[in-house]
Amino acid sequence: MDLFDSVFLAKASFIGIVFAITLGIAAYSTYFERKIAAFMQDRIGPDRAGPFGILQPLADAVKMFMKEDFIPANSNKWLFIMGPCLSMLTALMTSAVVPFGDTITIGDVTFDLQGIDVNIGILWVFGIVSLGVYGILIGGWASNNKYSLLGAIRAASQNISYELAMGLSIIAILMMTGSLSTKAIVEAQQNGHWNILYQPMGFIIFLICAFAECNRTPFDLPECETELIGGYHTEYSSMKLGFYLFAEYINMFISGAVMATLYFGGYDYSGVDFVTAQLGATAATLIGAGALIGKALAFVFIFMWVRWTLPRFRYDQLMGLGWSGLIPLAMFNVVVTGLGILLDQQILIGIGGVVVFIAGIVVYDQLFVKKKLA
Amino acid sequence: MEISNIWYFLSGLTLLSALMVVLAKNPIHSVLYLVFTFFCISGHYVLLNAQFLMAVNIIVYAGAIMVLFLFVIMMFDLRKNQPESKSNLTKLAGSVVAGSLLVVLIALVRQNNFQTPQVEGFVSQTGMVENLGKVLYSEYLLPFELVSILFFVAMVGAVLLGKREAGERNF
Repeated sequence: MDLFDSVFLAKASFIGIVFAITLGIAAYSTYFERKIAAFMQDRIGPDRAGPFGILQPLADAVKMFMKEDFIPANSNKWLFIMGPCLSMLTALMTSAVVPFGDTITIGDVTFDLQGIDVNIGILWVFGIVSLGVYGILIGGWASNNKYSLLGAIRAASQNISYELAMGLSIIAILMMTGSLSTKAIVEAQQNGHWNILYQPMGFIIFLICAFAECNRTPFDLPECETELIGGYHTEYSSMKLGFYLFAEYINMFISGAVMATLYFGGYDYSGVDFVTAQLGATAATLIGAGALIGKALAFVFIFMWVRWTLPRFRYDQLMGLGWSGLIPLAMFNVVVTGLGILLDQQILIGIGGVVVFIAGIVVYDQLFVKKKLA
Repeated sequence: MEISNIWYFLSGLTLLSALMVVLAKNPIHSVLYLVFTFFCISGHYVLLNAQFLMAVNIIVYAGAIMVLFLFVIMMFDLRKNQPESKSNLTKLAGSVVAGSLLVVLIALVRQNNFQTPQVEGFVSQTGMVENLGKVLYSEYLLPFELVSILFFVAMVGAVLLGKREAGERNF
């Protein structure tokens, strides 16, 4: 029982650390979002709380907690409270299968830097992502407000539509790795054999779907201010609203970590062997965990960059892109990947697939799309 | 903690939430209880070491089908479309039918002595993805392909039903 206790303790503290890191990064994402927005719009951004305004997240948290917690009169009280809780819960659950590093040894206990190493790994991510919409749906409906309901319904149909393309783009990865386990997917990419090299098209599809699943601009139609006031969280105030907003930032970070795991080699970084020889295996593993978090943060930056660059889609454009754009493209990608595996020329065929696709679009554009005469 | 205790707890929870699906007055609550029931069933799959079925159950039922259920029920204005309460005769007829079905089912279970599965020959890895896939693509290939044709037909039908005819009003 002693071993069980120590492994259990190690896992429990690891999960606690991941939880703390996720919350910390989500809190500071709000600050950096505002700073990046300010930089792009030639403003200064938050600069009052502490040096450079780095205490702004704390000030925001205090404000959120101190504000009046209001529940609308004709709303469904329990479901109204459940909405943000579910959002937060599903946002935090995904990180369980992300492998943050290789094994680590403390004392005489060796354990993986991963919450649970299940052999359905990526399906777990997929399942939790598909549950994420419940928080929004329930909250939007329970508010008893037409705008909230419209936002909730938009969120539901958007998430379901983009899940399909996301699943199809993952299938190509599974074909190459031959395993659903996230750990196995990362181990197959060690020493620079990152999946992005083999799957450029799959990555683009996955990235677009991640934007849609996180309800980020250009796909933030569920909370589209110009049409729906605040969307599903119109009626929310105080920390319940805070939970919704916070869940979005957690989702961004976790989806960044998932993308790094699937396409950018997870905890792989150049010079692992050198670091292992110089500093020992534990230090190398910890640097790997740092590398994964760094990659995830790079994706968070991309999320913000796109938000302040691109305008919002129209709703029918969003659905059109999902159903008649990304899903056929993802199927094409699956076929191309299959061909690559069959001929044992994965990089060549992968790049060839992208070239054929672009050439096809150009030819189609020249032949069938009527040009407006200038 | 004994594993059988977990099983009893989970089964009790499943039955309770399944009952609440029927008993809840508000259709939205009903759907949410149904989602919870699916989670409990997924828990049973985990106890059987069938992780793949667990994940697929959650993705397909809880994640997609129930979201669409919720979606449709939310679109209705429930206060206007309240069904009128049933007369006593209907209630009586309903309980008679349901009660006799219960009697028949209990009699059926009592008549057939269902074999309990052999503990010795049980392979704990049956529910893993690799094994399931191998069985599906070798032993049950024909039924599998037939099911996919069925799904394809259903999909084409759904698209056809949802398609706007030329000249129809654009909402």
